[in-house]
Amino acid sequence: MYYKSRGYKIFSIFNHILLVLAALSCFLPLLHLLAQSFSSKAAVNGNLVSFWPVDFTADAYAKTFRNSNFTGSMLISVVRTVLGTLISMFVITTAGYALSKNFRGRNVLMWIFVFTMLFSGGLIPSYILITSLGMKDTMWALVLPGAFGAYNMILIMNFFKTIPKALEEAAFIDGASFFAIFQKIYLPLSLPGLATVGLFIMVGHWNSWFDGILYMSNTDNYPLASFLQTVVVQGSAQNMALTQSEAEAMSEQSLKAAQIFISTLPIILVYPFLQRYFVKGIVLGAVKE
Amino acid sequence: MNTQTNEMRLDKLLRAKKNPWKKEIQKNWPLYILCLPALVCVLIFSYSPMVGLVMAFQNYKPWLGITGSDWISLDNFSRIFQYQESIQAIINTLIIAVAKIIAGIIVPIVMAILLSEIRHVGLKKSIQTLVYLPHFLSWVTIAGIMIDILGLDGGINHVLTNLFGTKPIFFLGDPSLFRPTVILSDLWKNFGFGMIVYLATITGIDPSYYEAAEIDGANRWQQIRHVTLPSMLPMIIVIATLSLGSILDAGFDQIFNLYNPLVYSTGDIIDTYVYRSSLLNGQYGFGTAVGLFKSGISFVLIVISYRIAYKLANYKIF
Repeated sequence: MYYKSRGYKIFSIFNHILLVLAALSCFLPLLHLLAQSFSSKAAVNGNLVSFWPVDFTADAYAKTFRNSNFTGSMLISVVRTVLGTLISMFVITTAGYALSKNFRGRNVLMWIFVFTMLFSGGLIPSYILITSLGMKDTMWALVLPGAFGAYNMILIMNFFKTIPKALEEAAFIDGASFFAIFQKIYLPLSLPGLATVGLFIMVGHWNSWFDGILYMSNTDNYPLASFLQTVVVQGSAQNMALTQSEAEAMSEQSLKAAQIFISTLPIILVYPFLQRYFVKGIVLGAVKE
Repeated sequence: MNTQTNEMRLDKLLRAKKNPWKKEIQKNWPLYILCLPALVCVLIFSYSPMVGLVMAFQNYKPWLGITGSDWISLDNFSRIFQYQESIQAIINTLIIAVAKIIAGIIVPIVMAILLSEIRHVGLKKSIQTLVYLPHFLSWVTIAGIMIDILGLDGGINHVLTNLFGTKPIFFLGDPSLFRPTVILSDLWKNFGFGMIVYLATITGIDPSYYEAAEIDGANRWQQIRHVTLPSMLPMIIVIATLSLGSILDAGFDQIFNLYNPLVYSTGDIIDTYVYRSSLLNGQYGFGTAVGLFKSGISFVLIVISYRIAYKLANYKIF
């Protein structure tokens, strides 16, 4: 057998080392962040923290949660994620169900939807549209423009196509309408698929930061990701122009670390559920007919 | 009398043929209603901005609006090739995007093959779990970590100075290092996720192929070269062709969170340039023109890539 040969054994050792290192590289930055967030300011600024907290303190977290800008943004993010996911799921499951059937004009509709994946009006026309609809500085600017995603709709449509036609025919004979069939047969039977797509949409909403910066002129209306962008990224860009001592006083890396970590925590928490489904989901989406 | 009814019936039949919608709507009206929310969404938020693209041919002023602004035909487009900044942004976009595409195709293939050589199931699963994770983190989070550990007094420089005694390297502020930093960090974020399809393909290979190869005296490398790789080829072709469409997409989220004025010369891309020139500097018409230039070319490339993928591997999006 090949794996008993000397050459293969040597390869195998290097292979294990390489892959373990690759895996660690994906995890250590987050651990570093966590360690920083629980370390004292002096230890962090003195570059003493690697992967374990030095001078353990939860000050950064206490400070973060006392910051009303932070908690306000967090609330906006929660509302946006829940509302946005619900609206999105409604729009794409209804269309996905209808388009999984054959009816006159279906292909035209399908192309109208797919075309949005291929071409878009772009940044400025969208910005002007939102402004002229009066949606600036409202929640709607965050949840409505991306509510329909053609890719997700196609995924759901393909889930619906796998449900046996006989079920629908039996329901028709019993006098059920399309609406009843959609609600009582299709939705419950494709729940795992819907959950996957829903989780992806939720993560997308939680992570989305640019629309907040674009459509909110008042920083009080920023979702958490946008707030974090201004604190972590824009703040540090400004710091580069400052002198060493000024920059040090400004940069409270332990505070930043705590803020980044808190905003990443929901993603890490749903990740196990996400992972269980997405491998299957992607494979299912790739197989047609 | 009889002929008259016949005529009437014929007339009705003809009209039904002329207007097949009537019967269709009677039978399938719920399906049309179910499509309505999505259709409204798409018409408002995807198609009506496309009407706004006419701004690319205008000297657009927000207070005059689309109807009141001056038409300047293709002036905005010719300006794209007059400004040093916009030409540089296009060049940077191409270099960064092409490098990302090539690295993003090769590395996941290699890593998937290497991972499939690990037979310990628990270890394999743990590695998979960890390498998929960065894909789900936002660029804001990753940029926050990168700015810290890649800074002049950050962790990476700390290690390098202690090990090799090198001077601190300014990864995010040195124009010659910015592109490699961007390309590598993007690779780090997405290689795991890119592996998934290949791992699925490798798992799907019939073990009897390997057994036959083994009997014929093939060593492991030969088995990979002659069994694994050919089995992965259709998937590789599909992914490579489809990535053609992202050749002008260098990754706005990433660049916007990592770049700064020091590295505009190598790191400014079309999308960030559009943002700065229009929303920050008020050149709305010009910004729209640059955006249309990009999305127009991308559209053509995507359509071509889908046609090729369909021809070569029978790939369909729906």
